[in-house]
Amino acid sequence: MSRFVLSRRSALALMGGAATFGLTGRIAHAAGEIKVLNWQGYGTDEKWALEMFEKKTGIKVVHDYFNSEQEMLTKLRTSPGTYDVVLMNNIYVMEAAHEGLIQPLDTSKFSNFGDLAPSLRDSDRFVMGGKHFAIAWVWGLTSFAYNTQKISAKPDTMGALWDPAHAGKVGWRDDALESIQIAALATGQDMNAPADLEKVKDKLKALKSQIKTFWSSEDEWNKYMAAGDYDIAVYWSGSAARSKKAMKLPVEFVVPKEGAIGWFDGLTIADKAPNAEGAAAFINFMVDPEFYVKWDNDIGAPASANAKANAQLPADALNRTVLGDPEVVKRVQWMAPVSDEQKQKNQELWDEVKTSFAL
Amino acid sequence: MTRQARTVFALTAPAYLWLAVTVLLPLATMLYFSFLTASPLGGKEVQFTLKHYTDFFTKQIYWYNAWRSVELGLYVTALCLIIGYPAALGLAKYIKGRWREAIFLLIILPFWSNALVRTFSWTMVLREPFNILFSYPAIVVGLVHAYLPYAILTCYISLQAIDDSLIEAGRSLGATPAQAFRRITLPLSMPGIMAAIFLIFVPVIGSFMEPRILGGKDAIMLGPIIEGQFITAFNWPLGAALSFTMLGMVLLILLAASPFLKHQMARS
Repeated sequence: MSRFVLSRRSALALMGGAATFGLTGRIAHAAGEIKVLNWQGYGTDEKWALEMFEKKTGIKVVHDYFNSEQEMLTKLRTSPGTYDVVLMNNIYVMEAAHEGLIQPLDTSKFSNFGDLAPSLRDSDRFVMGGKHFAIAWVWGLTSFAYNTQKISAKPDTMGALWDPAHAGKVGWRDDALESIQIAALATGQDMNAPADLEKVKDKLKALKSQIKTFWSSEDEWNKYMAAGDYDIAVYWSGSAARSKKAMKLPVEFVVPKEGAIGWFDGLTIADKAPNAEGAAAFINFMVDPEFYVKWDNDIGAPASANAKANAQLPADALNRTVLGDPEVVKRVQWMAPVSDEQKQKNQELWDEVKTSFAL
Repeated sequence: MTRQARTVFALTAPAYLWLAVTVLLPLATMLYFSFLTASPLGGKEVQFTLKHYTDFFTKQIYWYNAWRSVELGLYVTALCLIIGYPAALGLAKYIKGRWREAIFLLIILPFWSNALVRTFSWTMVLREPFNILFSYPAIVVGLVHAYLPYAILTCYISLQAIDDSLIEAGRSLGATPAQAFRRITLPLSMPGIMAAIFLIFVPVIGSFMEPRILGGKDAIMLGPIIEGQFITAFNWPLGAALSFTMLGMVLLILLAASPFLKHQMARS
């Protein structure tokens, strides 16, 4: 009996020891580590960049990913104290700040802060009560790209997607919000609050003879364009740069005269971040020209919020020539937050349009 | 409890427990969600509502696309049986030995590859030389290919169980081969045909991946609409309500068909 007690006690001691050891091991590790929450393959997890950052600061970067913005918010709500750096579309920053999911930033900790484009940096989507809750990182546009071998004259209007010359050769993304916004731009309306939704609906229904099929990812877009299914297709600016550079597709991105859909992303620091200092250093590195220029040159990236970084790109880079043109930027309509109710109405409208395609 | 009852309980309890936890619990949660104004995950105020169910009947996009799904289910099920039944008959009655094994392997082979891979490989074949990619027929082709093995295997099992001497007896009493098939083979293989119909029709009307990849502009059905409610609109309650309405419709169809089924089963 006594032997049994002894062995049980020693086993407990052993387990306690292991637990303590595990705990201290983890704390020691965390001092030189930050945890980033982002989409997979979206800049922060480039291997060379993390090696570069670790060499500079000694901080190791680990990642966790989300597949939707709702998932990102859910992760922040359910696991406080887990993440340091969180990527957020501008639409969600104020919501997260109100909920206390992210912390106000001391902008003096970011040496690149002064080089960021003020229109993005000080946007009311990022600043609350005079405090910045996100550092503007990258931005991009949604409009369309065309195959320069199939279409010789560069289209300059959204109407090109409705041009009968491209009937059955148009690519479209199966997304309610994006579809409605493009049709709103094409009919000369405010894309965030189209006054005449019937007009938008009719415009979309007129795509029946135009659309070849829907794409849902950059990879699919590339495949369909390469196979000749599309001559012209709705697309994202950063992806267009990648399709041209990495996939060697003969495509050109267009910002039509009616304007384009603009979005921008910020990097935030989570409330109760275990390593807020390291997080700030990482964010500053992410907006630095040294990282950005290599990212855009080697991989293809959205436009940087850092004007100095964009200016260092090669002369033929889309992010410098097109998105760097102030005349183009003036035409951009920035995406506004969408309520759940509006989301549902959009989805219904889009489902109705798609049903009319199949009739 | 008798010893036999205890044995039955011990044997079946793990399976029922597993089903209750993995199937009934999530389904019950979804059923609960379908009566709420919003998904309760975001910390929002939610209320009880029947709106999502009334939406199905009052909004044309939902009931019309439900019909499109049922129509697709009918096409695919019919084609699977038209192609699969003769194949099963040949396998059960005319091909023997090694050849039968080899052909079985060929039938089961598609099951060993991922459904998504199979569908994507169809996009290549349907583009060239058939040129029907991104159309309604492309969806039917993809789904028939995916579900044909169910039809062949279930029909085969009931066909090979038919005693050949029954057919010989019929023939010796003066039945033509066609009469023997119609009066003996077909009725006796009815259980296999029915199993095939259930196994194919139900998943096909809920399919969303094949329509989306192969169907182009013709992809819209209730399956893709439900997927959209979950993935892009984040309206889980409506998505759940549409799913349960679909489930209800399937049950109604089976209920309506049950007198006929019972009759067929009784004959065999």
